[in-house]
Amino acid sequence: MSLSVDHRFGEGGLVPPLSFRKTGLSVDAYVKNASLFCAVLIVGLVAAMLVVLAYAAAPTFQTFGFSFFTTNVWNPVTDHYGAVSAIYGTVVTSFLALLMALPVGFGIAFFLVELAPPSFVRPLRIAIELLAGIPSIVFGFWGLFVLAPLFQSSIQPFLIDHLGGMPLVGGLFAGPAFGVGLLTASCILAIMVLPFLAAFLTDVFNTVSPLLKESAYAIGATRWEVMRSIVVPSTGASVMGGIMLALGRALGETMAVTFVIGNAHRLSASLLAPGTTISASIANEFNEATNALHTSSLLALGLTLFAITFVILACGKGLVLMLERGKGA
Amino acid sequence: MTVSIFRKKFLLALSVIGLVSSAGPVFAEDISGAGATFPHPIYAKWAEDYKKETGIGLNYQAIGSGGGIKQIKANTVTFGASDKPLTVDEMKDDGLIQWPMVIGGVVPVVNVKGIRAGEMVLDGKTLADIYLGDVKFWDDPALAKLNPKLKLPHEPVVQVYRADGSGTTFLFTHYLASVNGNFEQKIGSDASVQWPSGIGAKGNEGVANMAFRTEGAIGYVEYAYAVENNLVTTKMVNKDGKIVAPEFAAFQAAAANANWNAAPGFYLILTDQPGAKSWPITGASFILMHKEPVDAKASKQALDFFAWAYKNGADSAKALNYVSMPASVIALAKKSWDQINVKE
Repeated sequence: MSLSVDHRFGEGGLVPPLSFRKTGLSVDAYVKNASLFCAVLIVGLVAAMLVVLAYAAAPTFQTFGFSFFTTNVWNPVTDHYGAVSAIYGTVVTSFLALLMALPVGFGIAFFLVELAPPSFVRPLRIAIELLAGIPSIVFGFWGLFVLAPLFQSSIQPFLIDHLGGMPLVGGLFAGPAFGVGLLTASCILAIMVLPFLAAFLTDVFNTVSPLLKESAYAIGATRWEVMRSIVVPSTGASVMGGIMLALGRALGETMAVTFVIGNAHRLSASLLAPGTTISASIANEFNEATNALHTSSLLALGLTLFAITFVILACGKGLVLMLERGKGA
Repeated sequence: MTVSIFRKKFLLALSVIGLVSSAGPVFAEDISGAGATFPHPIYAKWAEDYKKETGIGLNYQAIGSGGGIKQIKANTVTFGASDKPLTVDEMKDDGLIQWPMVIGGVVPVVNVKGIRAGEMVLDGKTLADIYLGDVKFWDDPALAKLNPKLKLPHEPVVQVYRADGSGTTFLFTHYLASVNGNFEQKIGSDASVQWPSGIGAKGNEGVANMAFRTEGAIGYVEYAYAVENNLVTTKMVNKDGKIVAPEFAAFQAAAANANWNAAPGFYLILTDQPGAKSWPITGASFILMHKEPVDAKASKQALDFFAWAYKNGADSAKALNYVSMPASVIALAKKSWDQINVKE
């Protein structure tokens, strides 16, 4: 009965069967078609998502028109919806998160590539990867139980006392300390995009040719000079791309933000005030939206997020192209 | 030889599959329902006891009242559950009927320096003014007048509300709107409303946590969550002008005073009920079913379960701080079941 084992693949099991070798060309064709299918599938999925979202969001745009993007109201009782506060919250938290994460991520990458002793690099990289692997709901709980009380008891009162009275920026740090709010959400987001940024920047900086760097060291450049004049300029385009990807991640992050942003459809100049983001609103309200227009407006928010992400990625790509062209010239 | 063994095994496997699938209907299938999260603990307890007795299980998805209404309208479940009753017209459009299953209370919880559970007294109007953002500090004259003996700190009020749509919010806002004209005009009542100030948290446990952790916070949760989390509950002034504490007896009093006879289609919201002992923010959780169900047998099974729960479920409900329906209401509800066509 053991004779039924198939020996056609030869003893090593590595030689393809004769019939396959004969038709090598058609295997090529299969692979080509299969990979083409995969590529088309992605495009098709994105297109299908867009179509479905647009179709479902149509009632909202028919009812409110462009004012959906300009009115600051979200009232399920009177059935009136506007996206301003959600768009504002999404964009502000993401940019603030990036603003906080970028210097730290850059610092980590610089340390790993140029300064760290080899025995230190591995544990640090593992720590970064572990941080990246933590589910966002854990960050959310940590934010709610640890960060928010800390913000309410010390950080926010400090900001209100010391910055709240200043001209120009004072308005950003006004109001009572709730603990949760736009700033707390930005901090959580910053921690969440940090490992991604750090790992990405480290990889990119490592691609710089050692020849270039060693030449610079040979003529007496310091490590910082090498970083500033050799590494960063020669990787600028990729760095930009990484930042855009991190921004995309921050824009769509839902659960962690929902926990600490305060979930309020209100527009407020203060960063300490509660707000909301597009994805947090959808996660909170979709289940219970029995009203057709409410559901449609939430889907319209989804479409808006799609558009925002697309525009930002497009801008990122444009910037990368510009940088590359600038370098070539 | 191999082939023949394989074929035999294959045929055997096939026949086993066939046997199981053809035998399926002989075994009892689970009852399927979806909806409100508020009665989920008691439905789960009833389901467990019922399964022990009859072998029939209940598959209840606690996806929220709005979700329950959606699912029963779409006919994907045998029954839906909602804390917000449908109006007679709404039910007529989809051929649904509803009846109340259990009653529970919504209680305000506070986190104010020096205030312990049951010490603070609130009335509907002041509570509404707090959520309107008009009462900004805990030492506001309105609060001081209600609590002459308490030493209230000059601390800002942080209103905590449900960020997700919820039957709890519906009951809470329904009460505030019925006792405060300004609240009705500016905010209204629904499963989710546009709050002018404060912070949102997800779910009863989210509000409980946020209220527990935020200094100066006030929130509203279902009674069970306040008990579980040892939150600082307040007393309320009810419709009769009496001060009542949130407890099982007060929810029961509110339920007893409700006149279900005068409520066509059981459309009755139990907030602000008369009676000296009635807790003002009390609500029933409703079951929704189709009059002409797609699967008559499944509907019959579901009705059997509800009849069992009405008959045997009062004690387990009380243990979980829910009030079971009074006998008169049970009789009315059972009578309404005649409208459901369970003949195959």
